[in-house]
Amino acid sequence: MAAAARLVLRTASGAKVLRAGLGWLGAPIRVPHAAAHFTFHPDPVPTRHGPTQKMNLFQSITSALDNTLSSDPTAVIFGEDVAFGGVFRCTVGLRDKYGKDRVFNTPLCEQGIVGFGIGVAVAGATAIAEIQFADYIFPAFDQIVNEAAKYRYRSGNMFDCGNLTIRAPWGCVGHGSLYHSQSPEAFFAHCPGIKVVIPRSPVQAKGLLLSCIADKNPCIFFEPKILYRAAVEQVPTEPYLIPLSQAEVLQEGSDVTLVAWGTQVHVMKEVAAMAQEKLGVSCEVIDLQTILPWDTETVCKSVVKTGRLLISHEAPVTGGFAAEISSTVQEECFLNLEAPIARVCGYDTPFPHIFEPFYIPDKWKCFDAVKRMINY
Amino acid sequence: MAALRGLYRTGLGALCRRKGYQGFGLSKEMVLNCYKKMTLLNTMDRILYESQRQGRISFYMTNYGEEGTHVGSAAALEPNDIIFGQYREAGVLMYRGFPLDLFMAQCYANADDLGKGRQMPVHYGSKDLNFVTISSPLATQIPQAAGAAYAVKRENSNRVVICFFGEGAASEGDAHAGFNFSATLECPIIFFCRNNGYAISTPTNEQYRGDGIAARGPGYGMMSIRVDGNDVFAVYNATKEARRRAIAENQPFLIEAMTYRIGHHSTSDDSSAYRSVDEVNYWDKQDHPISRLRHYMTARGWWGEEEEKTWRKQSRKHVMEAFERAEKRHKPRLDLLFSDVYQEMTPNIEKQKEAMWNHLKHYKEQYPLDLYDK
Repeated sequence: MAAAARLVLRTASGAKVLRAGLGWLGAPIRVPHAAAHFTFHPDPVPTRHGPTQKMNLFQSITSALDNTLSSDPTAVIFGEDVAFGGVFRCTVGLRDKYGKDRVFNTPLCEQGIVGFGIGVAVAGATAIAEIQFADYIFPAFDQIVNEAAKYRYRSGNMFDCGNLTIRAPWGCVGHGSLYHSQSPEAFFAHCPGIKVVIPRSPVQAKGLLLSCIADKNPCIFFEPKILYRAAVEQVPTEPYLIPLSQAEVLQEGSDVTLVAWGTQVHVMKEVAAMAQEKLGVSCEVIDLQTILPWDTETVCKSVVKTGRLLISHEAPVTGGFAAEISSTVQEECFLNLEAPIARVCGYDTPFPHIFEPFYIPDKWKCFDAVKRMINY
Repeated sequence: MAALRGLYRTGLGALCRRKGYQGFGLSKEMVLNCYKKMTLLNTMDRILYESQRQGRISFYMTNYGEEGTHVGSAAALEPNDIIFGQYREAGVLMYRGFPLDLFMAQCYANADDLGKGRQMPVHYGSKDLNFVTISSPLATQIPQAAGAAYAVKRENSNRVVICFFGEGAASEGDAHAGFNFSATLECPIIFFCRNNGYAISTPTNEQYRGDGIAARGPGYGMMSIRVDGNDVFAVYNATKEARRRAIAENQPFLIEAMTYRIGHHSTSDDSSAYRSVDEVNYWDKQDHPISRLRHYMTARGWWGEEEEKTWRKQSRKHVMEAFERAEKRHKPRLDLLFSDVYQEMTPNIEKQKEAMWNHLKHYKEQYPLDLYDK
């Protein structure tokens, strides 16, 4: 290898020499990074919220933020690199349009970003804080859990930071590995006082983000980064709200309830199609949307009907949010259950790099779980 | 302001008996008010500390020796300036007019507590007086105060934000975050560090090796000053000037007030375990903000033995009356355990509340229901 490297370095004409130098290695082995584990299914074009425009997920976020800065003069957006448009382009154009005092970079410090955001909110202004990756939210954990979540309760409702919304890119992306793939919703689900919301698509993202911003409680909004470009829909240009804490039944079914959120909803849709085609099994697919406070009624109503529940998320299975759903459903629907509740989730390991295709709860693992539940 | 090479002081105390000590033209009314607030706090501290010892309240923290930092800074602010504190700033709240009844209500967690009985004693807050409710985690208020100052700057409302913390809390990452953010984002804020020598048992030489907290300011691009925290006039002047400039120039200012924690950290602490009685006595007898101010008032002919005797009796009476009222008052009604988690009641919390009431129906003798409002 060293000899080949020296050959490459010594000559000016790069490519040809490179091929000559490394040719003895043979053809490169391709690991299929490119193939996504899901197909994005756009929702039907919304008709109730006025004219629409083709937008991908990051553009739908920009649209929500644009609407907010336009209608709320106190609103400010801040975090690392948001000024030039953000590493995922969610804030492109906003600083030019609304001014540098409203869209600005902060120093590289998540505990500062969230702490500062709490203060802005406490003073009565609308604070939209960006954490660059959900994987980096942990320095801000104290400010979120000990401060933001408890501000209203501990002050007897004299003070609150309901005007705070924290946004962060979330979930697997094909090559993100340990620190660009995490889904930390379970850590925050255990924290009364905040809301945790995860959209599955551009239309959902804009409506849910606007609801989070309008909501009078501090909210964490996780954005599935793998969908930023891949998910494209017709999205209303005007502001609109999608209610929080209301799970959505995407398709009705009679045999198995499938619950997921974010990217995994699209995997479940495919699993439902596979189950129908290969097993003649009718699945009800539910997008939970709000993790905290979560819509127990919709999920339980569905399980009472179907008798079987599969919950799936990328985050590790132990202590993951599927455990909470499973526990509540078995309390409320015990006698309706035809099979044990299945959880198809990430393994109890850090999120791996090269092993991602084996780590994620893909459609085959979910399909297999459905099969086992039906045959229980 | 010749910051770090020295300690800003006005010589309040023995020096002010000298001819020519000006006292900065503060009116008699204002100076007497400062003195009365400092001594009222001291009296309230003694009574509430004692009440914890007797098992009447669960916990207490005194402010002995630091009354000058509270009142000097509070006197330099306007009523609508926003205050973020740590936990040893009761005098700031008292100066603003927080009544004894409400101090007591919070400590007793009774039905009059504005905080609805949810927090430990001394975790005061007052929306009307712009004093943000205290929380136990240290230094969390520092970046929050920077954020509030940013919002205040955008309002153009001529207000400043002041943020209090101790020299121990200044070691937290949140302090670094708050200082850096306030400087880069140009926030009109005063960071007021009470350097009182100890963080529970940890003396300053185990807390930092640099030149205190004020020396860190320039590292952030922040103007800083170190003041004699037991010289009320020095604290007042520094805060007043910092306020003026913070608003005019939209930049942060750091004041490190050198003082001494005469009392224990809290009722859970016995400081004789880590410091000598001699050390404490020195500060109590030789360098106390209250006696130093009294020297000045006596020298001006504004105060004497008679006034002192009358005021001591009067302030003690007021405190005792508030104390007795607070003690008799019921605790807040039980539903308040469940409200204000979110702005609205959520289904899961509502269900849990019903479950609790249901439980009480069957097990009420096991719970001290009589102490609580219905």
